[in-house]
Amino acid sequence: MTVTRRGALPDGPGPGAAYDVTVVGAGVVGCAIARELARYSLRVALVEASGDVGEGSSKANTAILHTGFDAVPGSLEARLVREGGRLLAAYARETGIPVEPVGALLVAWDEEQLAALPRLAAKAERNGHHGTRPVGAAELRTLEPHLGPGALGALAVPDESVVCPWTTPLAYATQAVRSGVDLHLDCPVEKVRPGGPGTPHRLITRRGVLRTRYLVNACGLYADAFDALVGRYDFTVTPRRGQLLVFDKLARGLVRHILLPVPGVLGKGVLVAPTVYGNVLLGPTAEDLDDKTATGSTAEGLAALRAQGGRILPALLDEEVTAVYAGLRAATGAEDYRIAAHPGLRYVTVGGIRSTGLTASLALGRHTVGLLADAGLELGPERPLAPVTMPNLGEAFPRPYRDAARIARDPAYGEIVCHCERVTRGEIRDALASTVPPASLDGLRRRTRARGGRCQGFSCGAAVRVLFEEGTR
Amino acid sequence: MERAVDVLIVGAGPAGLAAAARLAAAGAGRVEVLERERTAGGVPRHCARGGFGAFTGPGYARRAVRAAVRAGAVVRTGAGATGWAGPLTLEVTAPTGLERITARAVVLATGARERPRGARLVPGSRPAGVFGTGELQQSVELFGLRRERIGRRAVVVGSEPVARHAARTLRRAGVTVAAVVADRPRGPRLPGPVLRGATVVELVGRGRLSGVVVRGADGRTGLLRCDTVVFTGDWIPEHELARTGGVPLDRATLGPAVDPAFRTPVPGVFAVGNLLRGVEPAVVAAAEGRAVAAAVLARLAGAPWPGPGVPVAPEGALRWASPNRLTGPAPAVLLRPADRLVRPLLTVTQDDRILYEARLPGLVEPHRSLRPPTGWTADVDPAGGPVVIRLDGTGARPTPAPARSRPH
Repeated sequence: MTVTRRGALPDGPGPGAAYDVTVVGAGVVGCAIARELARYSLRVALVEASGDVGEGSSKANTAILHTGFDAVPGSLEARLVREGGRLLAAYARETGIPVEPVGALLVAWDEEQLAALPRLAAKAERNGHHGTRPVGAAELRTLEPHLGPGALGALAVPDESVVCPWTTPLAYATQAVRSGVDLHLDCPVEKVRPGGPGTPHRLITRRGVLRTRYLVNACGLYADAFDALVGRYDFTVTPRRGQLLVFDKLARGLVRHILLPVPGVLGKGVLVAPTVYGNVLLGPTAEDLDDKTATGSTAEGLAALRAQGGRILPALLDEEVTAVYAGLRAATGAEDYRIAAHPGLRYVTVGGIRSTGLTASLALGRHTVGLLADAGLELGPERPLAPVTMPNLGEAFPRPYRDAARIARDPAYGEIVCHCERVTRGEIRDALASTVPPASLDGLRRRTRARGGRCQGFSCGAAVRVLFEEGTR
Repeated sequence: MERAVDVLIVGAGPAGLAAAARLAAAGAGRVEVLERERTAGGVPRHCARGGFGAFTGPGYARRAVRAAVRAGAVVRTGAGATGWAGPLTLEVTAPTGLERITARAVVLATGARERPRGARLVPGSRPAGVFGTGELQQSVELFGLRRERIGRRAVVVGSEPVARHAARTLRRAGVTVAAVVADRPRGPRLPGPVLRGATVVELVGRGRLSGVVVRGADGRTGLLRCDTVVFTGDWIPEHELARTGGVPLDRATLGPAVDPAFRTPVPGVFAVGNLLRGVEPAVVAAAEGRAVAAAVLARLAGAPWPGPGVPVAPEGALRWASPNRLTGPAPAVLLRPADRLVRPLLTVTQDDRILYEARLPGLVEPHRSLRPPTGWTADVDPAGGPVVIRLDGTGARPTPAPARSRPH
C-alpha cells in the first residue's frame, strides 16, 4: 500500500524496471481506471497533480447517479452511462457508498416542454430505459406538494438516484491502493518523453522521473494539454462552469425527487435535487469559459439560480444556504466522450468526460482497460480486489452517532465534534488514519463532512482544525 | 438508555445555565442541562474581553456554571441532543452511549450562530483563510493559535459590535487588520481603518485567500489584499432542534414564537436566550433564563398551557419584536430597529386602537435593541387582532424589514 505526497518518486522493483501502466489524473475516472487495472498482476501508478483524489471536477458536480435515459442514443457515452450506472449502484451497495434511489421527475412548466416529454420518453426507450411514465398535473402536485405554481405535468424517470460524489473516487482509490497501485499525489507531470519500441515512456514530474510502458490520460479539464505533451492535438477542452447552491438540511422535506428541467432551445435549465447528505441542491448554471481554474461563483450566477429555484420550489428561498460551489465540466464541442487509443504510442486518452463521468466511471474503467489490452498490454489472469468498506456520509443510512453498539465499543463515536453534521471524533480519527488520508481540511470535509454543515465551522471549526493538525503531524 | 428528569435544558450558555440555577434553587426536582461542547459556559468562554457585568467572558462563563451546579442542577458536557423521540423526549448522543431523556418541561437554549460566507451569498473562489467570529475566537482563545496558523493580514466584514471583537482578537493573535468592511453607512465605532457603506463582493485566491474585492460607498470596486477574512455578525438562531420538534418559528426572528413567559406553542417546551432572535448581550440572555423559571415551575405544578394568544407584528423600521405572541401582560418587550433613526416614533396598535405611542429620545441604532415600557400589554384584547408595533423615522420613509421569512 503506497501513497506518496512528497519526495522523489520510488524507483522500480528492479534496476531499470518501469511501471506497466501509469494513469495520470486521480479524478473519479482515473481512480476507476486504476482500480480496474489493480485486478491484474501489473505494476500500476496513479499520478495526480493536486494533493488529493477527486479534487477537480469530480468534487463539484450535481451528485446524480444517472440512468442515461437522455443520452444520445447509440453514443459511447450512452452505453457507458447505462453500464456504469448499474455497476456503480451495485458497487455502492457492496462498499457502503451512499446512494438514494429517489427517482427523477422531468417537470414541464409550459406547453412546449409538455409536448417534449413524449419525445424524451421515446429517447429513453432507445437508451434501454423502459421505466418512464407520464405524470399529470394533479398527480405531480401530490408527488411534489411544494412545487411552484404552473407545473403542467412531468415525465417520471424511476431509478435516477443521488450518490455521494466524494466517497466514490475515494473508494476506488482506496481499493486500488490496497490492491497494490502506487498513488502519487502532489505530482504534476510537466513533460512526457514518449518511449520508442521496447523502451518505456518517461514522465518528467515535479517530483522526478517516472517510467512507464503504457500511459493513460485521465486529466479531465487538462486532457487536451496532456495530449499535447505526447504530441496529440485531437480536441480542445472548454471548461463549462456550473455554479450550485446547497440549501440547509431543514429544507430536505421540500423535495422528494430529483426535479430535472426539460431541455429546450433556451438551454438546459437548472435542477433541484436532494443530496445523500440530506441537503437540497439547486443548479447548475452553464457558462462556457476559457479559464480552467475559474471555479469561483459569481453574483450574477447566484442571482439567476435563486430566481430559477424560486419558480421551481418557492419555499426553498426561505431556507438558509449552507454552501455555494462551482465546478467545471470538460466540454469538447462533441456530444460524446473523446476516448482514443493510440496503440503505437501505448497511450489511451480518456477525454471529454462530461457531467456523466461519475455515473459512467466504472464502465469507463473497464472500457479503458479493454483498450489497453487491445493496444498490446498483457493483462494476465484476474485476481480479486482487496475489499473496502467506506464510512457512511449518507443521511438515509446509519451514522455512527446513532449506533449504540459502536459507541459502546469505542466511545469516540459518541463524541460529536461537528454538531451540524454530527461528525464524531472517531470518524475524524479514522479518516486521518485511512489508506488515502486527507491532505487538507477540505479533504477531511469530503471524507467526514466535518465543517460542511450550516455553521461552516462557527461552532466546530477550531476543534476540527486542531484534530486535523494533531492527526497529520 | 431511557431516563426521566423534571426539567431538561438544552444548551449550557448564559440563558440555559441561568434557568438551571434558578429552577434547581426553587426545588424543581431533577434539573439537567445538556451541553454538546466539552466545556459548559457557551460563547462567553471564548470572549476574552469585558462587557459581561464585572467579568471577562471566560470568568462570566465559569461563574454561571458554578452557580448552576451549586444550586443542584446537573450540567452534562459532551452530550448532544440530536433529535426528538416524543413530544418531550430528546435523543442524546454522548461518549457514554445513546439516551432518551423524557422531561416534564424542556427548555431550549441553543443560542445563535453567524451566517457564514456561503449563506451570505458572497461569490468568488473557495480558498482557505475564511473564518467566522466563533471559529476565530475559539482558535485564538481556546486553542491558542497565533499568526502563523491563522494568517498575516485580515479583513473583517460586518458592522455589528462583534466586528470590533473580531478585530481585537485578530490583533491579539498577531494578525494585522487591513480593514473592517462595514456595510452600514454609519454604525458602531470600530478601531482602525473602517470602510463604511462598503460590501465584499468577491473572494479571490486559489488554495489560500489572496484578497477580497470591495465595492465602496461610491460604487467603485477595488481589491483589498489579505490572506484572511472574518465574516462577523448577521446572526441566526440555532433553531434546528426547535424546528425538528415542530416548534413554530416567528417569521421575523427565525426563533421559536414565544409568549411573554417564553412558552412556545408546543405544550411543555420553552425557549430562551439568543435562540429567540440572534445575539443580545449575555446578561440579557441570562435574565431570560432566570425569567423562564416561574412559568416552568407553574407547568410542573400542573398549570394549563395557554392558547396561541395574540400575534405581535413588527412593522416600519423594526426588524423584529420579542415576545412574538401576547398571552397576558409582558414584563419586557425587545424591539430591534432595522435602521439608524433619530427620535423615531413608536406606536403600538391593535385593530386600529392605539395602545401606546411615544417619540423615542435620541438615536436608535440597528445593533442595539429597544426596551420600551410595557404597561400597554395589559390593555391588549386577548380576543382581538394582531398587535402591530411600528417604528417610524422622523420625516424619513419607513424602511421595510428585510425579506427573510419562513412560513409556519
